[in-house]
Amino acid sequence: MTFDELTRQTGEWLKGEGPHADVVLSSRIRLARNIAGQRFLSKAGESDRKQIYRAVADCIADVELGGNTLILDINDADEIDRQLLVERHLISKQHAAGEGARGVAISEGERRAVMINEEDHLRIQALRSGLQIGVLFEEIDALERRIEQNLEFAFDKRFGYLTACPTNVGTGMRVSVMLHLPALKLTNQIELMFRAAKDMRLAVRGLYGEGTDAIGDFFQVSNQVTLGQSEEEIVEEFGSRIIPRIVQFELAAREALLSERVNLLDDKVWRAVGTLGNARAVSSDETLFLLSHIRMGVHMGRCKNLDLRKVNEMFIYSQPAHLQKLTGRRLDGAERSVARADYLRRMMGSQN
Amino acid sequence: MLCQKCRKSPATVHLLDIVPPDGEKIERHFCERCSAEEGLATPKQETISSMLEGFIKQSAGITAGADLSCPDCGMTFREFRSTGLLGCPNDYKAFEKHLAPLIERAHRGATHHVGKGPARLDEGAPGVHTQLAKLRRQLKEAIKLEDYEEAARLRDRIKTCESA
Repeated sequence: MTFDELTRQTGEWLKGEGPHADVVLSSRIRLARNIAGQRFLSKAGESDRKQIYRAVADCIADVELGGNTLILDINDADEIDRQLLVERHLISKQHAAGEGARGVAISEGERRAVMINEEDHLRIQALRSGLQIGVLFEEIDALERRIEQNLEFAFDKRFGYLTACPTNVGTGMRVSVMLHLPALKLTNQIELMFRAAKDMRLAVRGLYGEGTDAIGDFFQVSNQVTLGQSEEEIVEEFGSRIIPRIVQFELAAREALLSERVNLLDDKVWRAVGTLGNARAVSSDETLFLLSHIRMGVHMGRCKNLDLRKVNEMFIYSQPAHLQKLTGRRLDGAERSVARADYLRRMMGSQN
Repeated sequence: MLCQKCRKSPATVHLLDIVPPDGEKIERHFCERCSAEEGLATPKQETISSMLEGFIKQSAGITAGADLSCPDCGMTFREFRSTGLLGCPNDYKAFEKHLAPLIERAHRGATHHVGKGPARLDEGAPGVHTQLAKLRRQLKEAIKLEDYEEAARLRDRIKTCESA
């Protein structure tokens, strides 16, 4: 797979399919692993880094992530391509901005990816649309077993898988879901949800993970504890108890809006449709905010001429790097706002 | 009330001397400057210095083990505390004593891994690691169910397993 093919394909989490896809955009499991006998990256010299990069890249080429895998040296990617990978959630912001030998391997369909030399030597990730944590774990576990036939991971009897940051030690496993919670926000219950999440030792973050704000009612929720709980326990607690509960709260809030405040709901949805169908310049924050309301309206059957997939597509392609790929040239902030408005009007089927 | 020595500044230091044998009371009132000239440490100064001392002791406690360093990668514990990142797998051994409480705090009191391990450790007859992890899981479960007899039995088996 080439980078252009990657740009053109719509990734897994765009599908808008899977259990609870109306509230859960995507589920993801990520394993942090380091090669035994090698230093972590903070103390690895450039030649060590290169050696690790080679070893992991060769191993990935052997095990096949799935389909036609793209293995990319981040240093070979220009700024827009790196940003595009961040917007697709294939690499972290830190990885895009990092230094030294580092890369990413991406499977066809973007269901699996491995970041090489981010904070740890390997960050293995598997992703699916909707709430599908159980199957994801089986998938990533099988993938890890294949990788470890070629690479020996640093492991300790007491602390489990050893990671550069002790907050990941143990299973090294982070389970996260991308949630869309517009009704909880509209009915002022979102703070309650956050507090409950903090009590359960979950991290709540913005759309692009660590250090990003929540915009447009999209939140990333993940487990924080990785030691003292087995993988199965984490998967069970997170995927079968905690997240379904949050989904239930959101759906109940949507029901309440529908039965008690349908005018408020329709007003939000149709204002958003009106703005995106007519605006001549729109920022990415405003787009997320409006798409959030439209997405809610689509799920609740308030606007029937749009579907979830189309909304998800707008969601992805209205981001800065995607827009620049779409128009085929570099755009400054003001130009992007205009290009974004043009793209969104087209997608909304606007005649104006 | 004015300082009884300079008769200019307000008196802020008040002393009460009880003179033996008949317990005669002598009151003295000074401003801050005059009390210093009289060689009297003000209570305020004492508080600050004792506060500072406490603080120094405390911060020494926070950076206990600061000068430990890992023979493999040269990382010091102090360096780790400032960046949050370790330098190599051996740091977990080199800093174990000081790192363990931090890890415990970050992981809701957990002290041991109970999840899966690398397949290589499971080769041959039932891998010690897998067995240990399974026992620890069962122990947790037994404690949850308040089956202390079973818990004690499991704890013994874990001990035997660990020393094996």
